[in-house]
Amino acid sequence: MDLIKMTAHELKDKLETKEISSEEITRAYIDRIDKVEHKVNAYITLTTDKAINKAKEIDIKRANGEQVGALAGIPIAIKDNMCTRGIKTTCASKMLEYFVPPYSATVVEKLNKQDSVILGKLNMDEFAMGSSNENSYFHKTMNPWDLSRVPGGSSGGSAAAVAANEAVFTLGSDTGGSIRQPAHYCGVVGMKPTYGTVSRYGLVAFASSLDQIGPLTKDVKDMALVMNTITGHDKLDSSSYNNEYDDFGKYIGEDIKGKKIALPKEYFSKGVQSEVKEKVLAVARKLEDLGAVVEEVSMNMTDLALPAYYLISSAEASSNLARYDGVKYGFRAKDYDNLVDLYKQTRDEGFGKEVKRRIMLGTYALSSGYYDAYYKKAQQVRTLIKNEFDKVFESYDLILTPTGPSTAFKIGEKINNVVEMYMNDICTVPINIAGVPALSMNCGFDANNMPIGVQFISKAFNEKTILQVAYAYEQNRNLPDLTPQI
Amino acid sequence: MEITREQVEHVANLARLNLTEDEKEQMITDMGVIIEFANRINEINIDDINPTAHVIPINNVFREDDVNPSFSRDELLYNAPNKENGCYSVPRIVE
Repeated sequence: MDLIKMTAHELKDKLETKEISSEEITRAYIDRIDKVEHKVNAYITLTTDKAINKAKEIDIKRANGEQVGALAGIPIAIKDNMCTRGIKTTCASKMLEYFVPPYSATVVEKLNKQDSVILGKLNMDEFAMGSSNENSYFHKTMNPWDLSRVPGGSSGGSAAAVAANEAVFTLGSDTGGSIRQPAHYCGVVGMKPTYGTVSRYGLVAFASSLDQIGPLTKDVKDMALVMNTITGHDKLDSSSYNNEYDDFGKYIGEDIKGKKIALPKEYFSKGVQSEVKEKVLAVARKLEDLGAVVEEVSMNMTDLALPAYYLISSAEASSNLARYDGVKYGFRAKDYDNLVDLYKQTRDEGFGKEVKRRIMLGTYALSSGYYDAYYKKAQQVRTLIKNEFDKVFESYDLILTPTGPSTAFKIGEKINNVVEMYMNDICTVPINIAGVPALSMNCGFDANNMPIGVQFISKAFNEKTILQVAYAYEQNRNLPDLTPQI
Repeated sequence: MEITREQVEHVANLARLNLTEDEKEQMITDMGVIIEFANRINEINIDDINPTAHVIPINNVFREDDVNPSFSRDELLYNAPNKENGCYSVPRIVE
């Protein structure tokens, strides 16, 4: 029995029948981390001693017949931009290198309440800004499928940890594709839920109107399991949606006959690698074989999403990151002349290149004389994009697209070309702009044996249908073993 | 679009960033490229479209005006880069 290859729902079954203990599972994962972490570099902070103690505690609870949570004894990990009380939360930045939060994010509280075992905090692009994980202050995470390639970003550590079996599942955050794009590069399942579904309380803010926490898992059933745990209204987050959430796995296993699926031709046009296009279209054919109706549609506004995204997200980032001033917490520069110079010197030394670039862009877009041309206009474009999604969802249950135009590229390959780097997010950003949910999962490999992701998008609060169709596809996709050889 | 050195310096001052000379040079190039890319949104006329700031139907979020326990002073000062007598310490601003 290879514990590290098993999914959360499989482990849960075995834990419930007492076939295995949480301590055994946790030790198996810690052994795996010892074996591969020096190659993958998925973590920033490991909390393995705490994890063993927690696992033992849960085993005792279970042995005594006490009630345990839905994820009891499952070893998981969390992106390092979610606050964990008493455990360093760095956001992969020099600015927060030694920051230890006095409280936990709501999602972390929820996972604790369900008795999951936290193995540590995962690497990311600094303040979640990036598409390759090359912007971390600490180290670069490698793609487990090919250690010379990037795992994607910004939740690259979260995706790599799942792909390398260094955690059963992980949490990431997605502002413009930061869960789905690394899920695509690393061959795992990643979902950005509908905006407002998962509380952002305790998530270090990047772009507040776009950020959403979501899981990265080994399979679709696990996705439903984790989503059931982390969603729900939170009075600590005023943008959290007050809704009764149904079981996300409600339709899993149900027939997809008659489901209407749209293929927007703009997501398959130039710039998309031919193997990516081919494998994603093969998914459409497979869904047709399973009884779905697939039709091509046009979404003309797609091209405007990326420039609007960079303006909106940078503007919100410049405002959110104003709090890092070297006074209340975090890094402070050593040499300064006065208070304003303390702010300026601290921010220049504490932030990395990409973060400064986005603060500058955002400040520019919000500054006097440019606000109407950039920020306001981008928000108007947002209306058009949202309307276009609404219109497609009047006639279709789902939209199917590639998750990204290409598979994982080599480390360093795009680092000096800003716009080319931003183009990696072209298939994922429209979803954040419209606030709708989307899931990425593996649908094959390219000639270099790098994973290819397919993206399923639905209207707001309809994750159930995404999971139903994704599960139907997963059961029929006939792919080789999804474990990279490290 | 051309981004000038003066613009970079002005924006850096607004953003409270002490950019080095090399960083300023790099920023002139990078911001120029990004702004040129972003200008695509100015190619269409959408003056009559309402802007969307928030995508889900939420407004007027209220909470009860309850008194709840807060963090202790020590907990909050734990992460302060410089503290004195239970306060944050910063350079003198009043002569």
